Amino acid sequence: MLPFILKRLGLAFLVALTVSLISFFLLYLSGDPATALAGEGATSEDIANINARYGFDRPLLVQYGSWLFNALTGDFGESYYFKMPVSALLADRLSVTMLLGVCGISFALLTAVPLGVLAAMRPNSLIDRFALFLSVAGQAMPSFWFGLILIVVFSIKLQWLPASGASSWAHFILPTVVLGYYAMPAIMRLTRAGMLEVLSSDYIRTARAKGASEGRVLFKHALRNAIIPVVSLAAVQMGFMLGGSIVVESIFALHGAGFLAYESISRNDLPTVQALVLIFSMFYILFTFAADVLNAWLDPRMRSS
Amino acid sequence: MTTSSLSPDPLLQEIIGPTPGQKLRRRVVGHRGLLLGGIVLVVLVIVALFAPLIAPHDPYAQNLMGRLQPPVFLGGTWEHVLGTDHLGRDYLSRLIYGARVSLLIGTVAALISGTIGTILGVSAGYFGGRVDAVVTFLINVRLALPVVLVALAVVALLGGSLQVVIFVLGLLLWDRFAVVMRTSTLQVRNRDYVTAASAIGASTTRVILSEIMPNIMNNLIVVITLEMAHAILLEAVLSFLGLGVQPPTPSWGLMVSEGKNMMLFEPWLVLIPGAVLFVLVLSINLLGDGLRDVSAPEGRS
Repeated sequence: MLPFILKRLGLAFLVALTVSLISFFLLYLSGDPATALAGEGATSEDIANINARYGFDRPLLVQYGSWLFNALTGDFGESYYFKMPVSALLADRLSVTMLLGVCGISFALLTAVPLGVLAAMRPNSLIDRFALFLSVAGQAMPSFWFGLILIVVFSIKLQWLPASGASSWAHFILPTVVLGYYAMPAIMRLTRAGMLEVLSSDYIRTARAKGASEGRVLFKHALRNAIIPVVSLAAVQMGFMLGGSIVVESIFALHGAGFLAYESISRNDLPTVQALVLIFSMFYILFTFAADVLNAWLDPRMRSS
Repeated sequence: MTTSSLSPDPLLQEIIGPTPGQKLRRRVVGHRGLLLGGIVLVVLVIVALFAPLIAPHDPYAQNLMGRLQPPVFLGGTWEHVLGTDHLGRDYLSRLIYGARVSLLIGTVAALISGTIGTILGVSAGYFGGRVDAVVTFLINVRLALPVVLVALAVVALLGGSLQVVIFVLGLLLWDRFAVVMRTSTLQVRNRDYVTAASAIGASTTRVILSEIMPNIMNNLIVVITLEMAHAILLEAVLSFLGLGVQPPTPSWGLMVSEGKNMMLFEPWLVLIPGAVLFVLVLSINLLGDGLRDVSAPEGRS
């Protein structure tokens, strides 16, 4: 187990380092950041001042090195727009996004797992077909459109739920649904496939032959084994969801990290965008690493790969 | 049992049974999702190709006197079947031209990412060892980067245009191609016909192109459809957020975004382009799922 963890940790570290390199250099695509920052009509003196202040005149690798070193100590520089440390901004905004992510994945699991189990219990039944339809349709639904429809129906017509803001738990219901439905099809399909496989195995037949009740067979014996891959899929989906928060947060005007990313990109606020790309990637790497370890712990056969 | 009225000798037909081609045709015709998806997609492609002939109006022509006319089923006129937008442009014509944008972006982005991903995946599966380790590492790095965030940032920096959006999506969406092509190559690389081709002295390029590729083509086609749908959805997201295709180009994502401000009074402005986008992506996904079922019948659950 320990060699497996160390190997995965080493890989995760290398991936993280490469991602940091990409997120740093990606934003030099636009050319000279000092000129962009100075805006139109800036004199060469202004540009020289900006260069000196932000250190744009140093070699790129030196800039990357100091950016990475500072990032490791939690210092992501100062936001061009907000004129405050990016780390303080992130601390403020990330909590909203994390809460939204946890709500979203919980919603996806609480709807997709029961549906997958029901579908596997009666293959080709009405409920199986309904689940299949839901997963095919769910994958094709544009999330921003789905969000707007929910606003039209539940906020404008029925006036049950607020459409924007984050001041109460009710504000999180619609964003949770929009963020969560996207992870549902994959979780549902995996639960269904896993349950179908497990339900046809020998030990389930043995359990039934012993006279165990159907509920006991399903939940004590079958679901426990079928759920293993679902747990790691959920961790990976959680990583993807943070990326999806950009769309959801901008529709519902939730002031989280996703909305911050959208604002910062529109405003050319490079340090904030760099930090967010890095943070979102790190969360993904962390979640997949946790999923790998969890998988290996639950299923020793995974440790060899 | 006769399989074809054209067969010269019914008895012989019965002995030989249906050819693989006939079996495939039967499976295609018998698969409802595949047929439905295929037909809808063909119709949309025809609409996109012949947009200038089909569209009743110029999609760019503004008419500020006739703004926000409702569609015909909400009390509008047949002059503008789906009404007009906030600049008085014919909504149906913009939808029809929008199909061009979506299909163009989906197709070209899937081809770019398909090329990158196939080269990486097939090399990893065929050569194994260090090549495999490097490609697996690249896949991990790519998966760690948040697609929407990176695409938004890069498109914003380079300036939103059709070419930039296609290029950025093409460079971002190769991961699934690489994963699937790597696994597929691993599955066929030790088959007898591959060994035989190497044994008679075929070059590596030849083995890959004429022995391996034809046998993993079905998986490639399925991934192409999935990634095409993915690219179309992402373009719509970028354009919806105002950082993708720029106005006045008729993009469905952009149309939803433009209609958003009038959603309170004119919800159809948002509903119609989103619904068309949903139908396009759904048809591509149905086609892809169907192709997977048909090309690998033993994998059906």
